[in-house]
Order: sequence, then C-alpha cells, then structure tokens
Amino acid sequence: MAKRIEDLKVIGNKRLNDDFFILELLGNTKIPDFKPGQFAQVKVEGSPDTFLRRPISIHDVDYENNTIKLLIQITGKGTKALSGLGNGDSLNLIYPLGNSFSLPAADEKVLLVGGGCGIAPLLFLGNYLKSNGCIPDVLLGFRNGARIIEFEEYLKIGKVFVTTEDGSMGEKGYVTGHSIFAENHYTRICCCGPETMMRALATYSKNKNIVCEVSLENLMACGIGACLCCVVDTIKGNLCTCIDGPIFNVNDLKW
Amino acid sequence: MVNLGFSIGDLHFKNPVLTASGTFGYGAEFDDFLDVSKLGGIVLKGSTIEPREGNPYPRMVETPSGMLNPVGLQNKGIDFFEKSIYPRVINYDTNVVMNINGSYIEDYIALAERINSFEKIRAIELNISCPNVKMGGMAFGTNLGSAREVTREVRSVYSKKLIVKLSPNVTNIADFARVVEEEGADSVSLINTLLGMSVDIENMKPFLSTITGGLSGPAIKPVALRMVWQVANAVKIPVIGMGGIVSASDALEFLLAGAAAIQVGTASFIDPLASIKILEGIEDYLVKKGISDIKDIVGHINRTT
Repeated sequence: MAKRIEDLKVIGNKRLNDDFFILELLGNTKIPDFKPGQFAQVKVEGSPDTFLRRPISIHDVDYENNTIKLLIQITGKGTKALSGLGNGDSLNLIYPLGNSFSLPAADEKVLLVGGGCGIAPLLFLGNYLKSNGCIPDVLLGFRNGARIIEFEEYLKIGKVFVTTEDGSMGEKGYVTGHSIFAENHYTRICCCGPETMMRALATYSKNKNIVCEVSLENLMACGIGACLCCVVDTIKGNLCTCIDGPIFNVNDLKW
Repeated sequence: MVNLGFSIGDLHFKNPVLTASGTFGYGAEFDDFLDVSKLGGIVLKGSTIEPREGNPYPRMVETPSGMLNPVGLQNKGIDFFEKSIYPRVINYDTNVVMNINGSYIEDYIALAERINSFEKIRAIELNISCPNVKMGGMAFGTNLGSAREVTREVRSVYSKKLIVKLSPNVTNIADFARVVEEEGADSVSLINTLLGMSVDIENMKPFLSTITGGLSGPAIKPVALRMVWQVANAVKIPVIGMGGIVSASDALEFLLAGAAAIQVGTASFIDPLASIKILEGIEDYLVKKGISDIKDIVGHINRTT
C-alpha cells in the first residue's frame, strides 16, 4: 500500500487517565488498508520544540466509518500538544508506515502481550486476527489497577489476562510470571511494551522455541527509511525500525 | 514562462532545487509522495568504498527547530550501489549526484575513479565535512592543506563535475571555498551540519551514542545563510546553498545572498513534499515579481548593498 501524506479530521479525543488519551480521526478521503503493527508519523504544529513528527501506532481501524484511532501516552511536549486537540481540528499524518506482524497459521495458539502504551497496536492486531479466524489470548501488564486502560475493548477479542506490579488487579508481578504460560502451550507471541518486558519474552520464547515478534519504538526522524536514525542492531546489520520494522522476529535481534 | 535552470559548467540543471545527501535516501523512499524527476537534482546518500554500519543507536535527538544526528555514513558500499541502486536511480529524469566519503585520501580517489565510469552520474559531491566519522570526513574539510590535497587528487582522476561540500565547523569558510576552487572544483555546496550535542538530564548522560552529532534544521539557517553569502562573494564557481531550508522564502534568501541553487535537507523528514513545494514557491515568487530568469535574483543583495 502506497504511503500517503494527508490531513485527517479529529472527531474524538477521549481522555483515559492522566497519561493516556485516544484520538479518533476521520479520513477526508478513503483511508488506506492497514496491516496490524503499522504506524503513522503525526505532525505536531506550532512549536520549535516539536520539530519532528511523532511515530504513533495504529490502535484501531474502522473502514466502515472511515476512521482510525490512535492511543497516545503523554511523554513529552509533542504528545502533550496532541492531547489538546479537539473535535474538528485537523491532523496531518504520513501513513501507513512500517511492516506488520506476520499472520499465524490456522492451527496456531497465539498470545498477544502488551505493557503500558505498548498495548496500542495489539487491539487492531487482535481484531484483525479474529476476523481472520484466529482468536488470540491477550495478556496486559500495568503498574496498578488504576492504570488499566481499554480493558473492555480487549475483552471483545478473546480471553484477557492482567498482571499488575502491586497485585491490585489480576496476578501480581510482571507479565512473564503470569500463570497462563504454565497452563498453555502458545505457538506464537506478539508483543509490544517496555524493552525489558520484550527482552524477557524474547528469552522465554527462544527457550521454548516459540515464534515471538516484538514491536520496537526507536526514536525516528523521517519514518520512511531516508534518515537512517532509527536503526536497531540485528543479525543482518543495522536495520531501520521504520521500514524494516517496527515488527521484528526476536531471532533477528541481538537480544 | 520563467527560466529556473542553472548550470555547473556545461552540466545543466532544470531548476535550482536539489535534495541534500542523507536526507532523501536514493530517491525511491520518496516515490510514493512526489515525482522525483521534477527536481533539479538529487544528491544520494553518502557512499564509501566499503560497506559501513554507521554509529550505534541512539543516533538522533530532536532539538529546538532542528535535530542532531551522528548516523555515520551507513551505506552498503560501492559494489552494492553499482549492482543494485545505480540501475534504478538512473531512471530519474534529473541529475543524480553521488556524495563520496572516505577515511583516507586513497579512498576518495578510488571512489571517484570508480564513479567516473558510471555514465549517468555526471557530478559528485566530495564530502569533506561529515562530522560523524572517526577518520576522514570533517578532518579533511577543517584543514586547508587537507582540503586542497583531497580536492586536487580527486580532480586529477574525475573528469565530470566536482562539487565540494564544505564544513561550517571552521573559522573562515570562504578560505576553504577559495582553496577548492583553485584546485579545480566546479562548484561548492554548503553547509554540512554544525557539530553539536545534547544531554539527557533525567538519565544524566549524553543523548547520542557518539556524544556529539551534526545539527541540522531551521536552527542553523541564519548561520548557513551568512556562510553562503561569504562564500558567494569569495569564489566565481556556482555555490549551492543549504542549511535549514524548509520553505520557498528560506530558499529565496539563499538565492538572493548568492546561491545559484539550493538543497533541501531535514525538511524532507517532516514533509516529504518539501522540495517540490519549495520549487513551486520559487516559481510563484518569480512570476509575482515579474522576473523571467532566476539568474536575475542570484546574488541580488550583493549588487544593491
């Protein structure tokens, strides 16, 4: 699918908690076909401190209504500015960018694992898998129960399991310690979250000989493979997270 | 109809908007967004003889109105280029310029000799100003003797158009322009990035793996413009100006200050269409001013002030 640069219209800005919000955007033209794991480069207007675009993964797509959703965590000036957008505002995107999670075979048992803002691409992935006949389990990790977001949305995909660091909801601890790993034989893990979490899952998957794909969040300038800033050290040399990723099989990473 | 063309010797460019090396890949990265053939030229990502991995991540940090990068000339080497990239880039109906780099003078010579045989590459940009490699790069461009020597040696083996890309990290950039002109350069391009750095106070360490990197973007435009003006007044060969150009009005400032052409760099990261928009804006400006040939505005401020 060809990359495009275009303005979309903000039709919703839902605040989830202090840090997270969801922008709902309506295409002025027919939105492109997205693959799960892809992202957009979002322009932030109006400040010298937000010079570059912000790479944001596609959280959900509604082709019928011609809308997409971006789940965004406020981490700096750019995302803070985006959190102030209101209905009717225009937002300039370059999209769809990047590769995608690979599709599992029909008989595979798939687990989606997300932590913090890393849950963002997993909703679209989960819905995509479900519509292709594969119902994955979902494991979400948060700091505490009050931080949990979008839980009901993930319930629509399949079974959802939760860990919190303080045990205020779900099992206490980190995602890698959850009892579902002992009770199930997953053949594939799709993961997005903090690097320590993804590295732990990579180690687990390698030991168990399970396919594991992770979504990386390296700093980017262009998002289209021109600047070579967002590279990750792989067994094939430095690869761009923006065009060779953001999804990588952990066997290709030097983790 | 406005004449937008300019020439380096007998090499004609259909308009004065080129894309800067390292910001436009090999053109294909932008094919989805624009017709690359409409541009005056593209300067390809820097090449070296051998494949290079560049510097470790992190190698980019955003700064006010700009960014720092120490990418470090990551490329797959000239053999890969000739086999896999050259056959594709020559399909563009515009001037394709190769940017060449090396650690030693011998590297530059070998690369220039090799490229001399590439029929469809009619110009090279000799990069003696990369601030992000341990050996070579900026070391050649910040010492007058080395700048002279590398230009002379490359000139002796390269028969087509030789553009020398100058470093702003010097006391008097005009001296460097004069030296490379004396050694037979057909044009100079400037500025490469300004050496800078940024510190992450939260983690109490530098943001970049290499500590320092090259600063680009609108933050450097006034410095770039001043240097282009100084160089345009110091040499007779065409000057290609760059540094923080994001709009047609930015580009026009450089042209009025004496640049025969400009390169669009970091702007393409934020708006892939920046180069084409700048070209259209320049044409609109000339039409509005009733000027039929872009040459009439090049260096205009130097004739009236």
